[in-house]
Amino acid sequence: MIWNEKAECMTHEEKEKLQLRRLQKTVKVAYENVPFYRQKLDDAGVKPEDIKTLKDIEKLPFTTKDDLRATYPFGLFAVPYDDIVEIHASSGTTGKPTVSGYTKKDLDIWGEIIARGLGMAGAEKNWIIQNAYGYGLFTGGFGIHHGAYRFGAMTVPMSAGNTQRQLTNMQDFQSDILTCTPSYAMYLGESLHKAGIPLENINLKAGIFGAEMWTEEMRDKIEETLGLKALNIYGLTEIMGPGVAQECLEQDGIHISDDHFYPEIIDPETGEVLGDDEKGELVLTTLTREGMPVIRFRTKDLTSLMSGDCACGRTTKRMTRITGRSDDMLKIKGVMVFPSQIEKALLTVEGVTPNYQIIVSRPELTDVLEVKVEATKELFSDEVKEMEKVEKKIFDAIRSETGIRAEVIICEPESLPRSEGKAVRVIDERNFE
Amino acid sequence: MSTKQISVFLENKEGRIRDAIKILGEENINIHALSIADTTKYGILRLIVDDNFKAVQSFEKNNFIVRENDVVIVTVPDEPNGLNSTLEVLNDGKINIEYIYAFSNVKIDEAIVVIRLENIEKAIELFKENGIKVLEQEDIDKL
Repeated sequence: MIWNEKAECMTHEEKEKLQLRRLQKTVKVAYENVPFYRQKLDDAGVKPEDIKTLKDIEKLPFTTKDDLRATYPFGLFAVPYDDIVEIHASSGTTGKPTVSGYTKKDLDIWGEIIARGLGMAGAEKNWIIQNAYGYGLFTGGFGIHHGAYRFGAMTVPMSAGNTQRQLTNMQDFQSDILTCTPSYAMYLGESLHKAGIPLENINLKAGIFGAEMWTEEMRDKIEETLGLKALNIYGLTEIMGPGVAQECLEQDGIHISDDHFYPEIIDPETGEVLGDDEKGELVLTTLTREGMPVIRFRTKDLTSLMSGDCACGRTTKRMTRITGRSDDMLKIKGVMVFPSQIEKALLTVEGVTPNYQIIVSRPELTDVLEVKVEATKELFSDEVKEMEKVEKKIFDAIRSETGIRAEVIICEPESLPRSEGKAVRVIDERNFE
Repeated sequence: MSTKQISVFLENKEGRIRDAIKILGEENINIHALSIADTTKYGILRLIVDDNFKAVQSFEKNNFIVRENDVVIVTVPDEPNGLNSTLEVLNDGKINIEYIYAFSNVKIDEAIVVIRLENIEKAIELFKENGIKVLEQEDIDKL
């Protein structure tokens, strides 16, 4: 079902008029109520009244994660504390956490965009939503909760973890939708099979998975083990939380609620705005947020905006799956390389595990890319000739994916550093000073 | 009949050969022969031992990558031209040798040679036709 036909299916002209009106208001409010934005716009020599067309957004300066840290914790709030009713915060894995403040109206809008997502997943009001996103400062749990409440579905507020209970409730309640991170969905699927529970015993029809990067291969695996349609949801604490964008059952691009969030794609190097179907960094501007308007936030997420409309009938702008982050981009011999590309190349070679390390150095005047891969039984042979063939296979895979000649080093199992959560995959030894 | 050799993957790091050998010592496994192929990046330790099964298990338990593969082990007269006449047989049969190493043992008067090659069955056939003694697994176990 389409939750909000008026908003999700309006013509492009109507949409652009609405976006411009809301953008003008957002810039004006931010300029008048947030000293940080006033300063930023003054420094850039832009006034709110300079925004006459949507294209004029390009005159506005970007907001970065560093800006948010500089104003930590409440420096970007545009309303008095009286009006802020809830806050959430990012985990702060890359430094200070960022805080997001919400008014009652912001929570309504958040609920609205999640409700649209439930509609995109085919939900009905009598459906049961098993919400296994963490409840707390993390936006996942409460975001889905606000949305399911607005939608009128029955929410099971599980939070993350407690796997046995998740499986029990899945069977006892006959939950229709599962919401959690894709890696937890994989784990739940494996646990279901380990426990010998047949798929007939559960009733999951769709899953709304996000908060981390995942691949089509993972989607296939989750769909197979849980017997549902796995949908990609996107969002970020700085802008709102989950629901900024989500896939519909067509699974053909992620619909951005672009009446509330204005998307742009830029070249991460130059900041230049790119056209449809061109890959770059996603930049988002909140169009209706009261508590904390955010202008041209650089998400660091790499994607592209798709041209044309989806077969589902919604006219909201779609984006492709996030494939990497601009901040882990490496420039090697002048070529842009992402760790995710190297990972993809490695996994095409039989016997290679995702335990790898990328080391970039500049011993002389040219860059050297070393890729260390842990040996497995499949990769090992008693003959040097065969080992060299394996190295060549890995070399060729990396070369065809990135265009770069890598020095491939096979090392002993478990010799590369492991860390909880985010592995140190990249070491850049070059000194650019 | 071919016999089994075990190979272990080693990083070029000090102490790794000893780490591997130590495991065999702890498990009371005897090494009959050993050879190492070394490259700039890693080494391949090749071993003929008296208990392959136990050796493989112990290595795996200690996180080493290990494989078993077939080799041909022959005895060669301990005199000039001994090895040459053996190799000639392979040469005439157009069989390519991947690698070769030799050892001796007090229980046998002749030199013992381990040969890794592509076409094991054909090589064994040729050796037997030419009166070269091919050692079976049980011969190795008796050493």
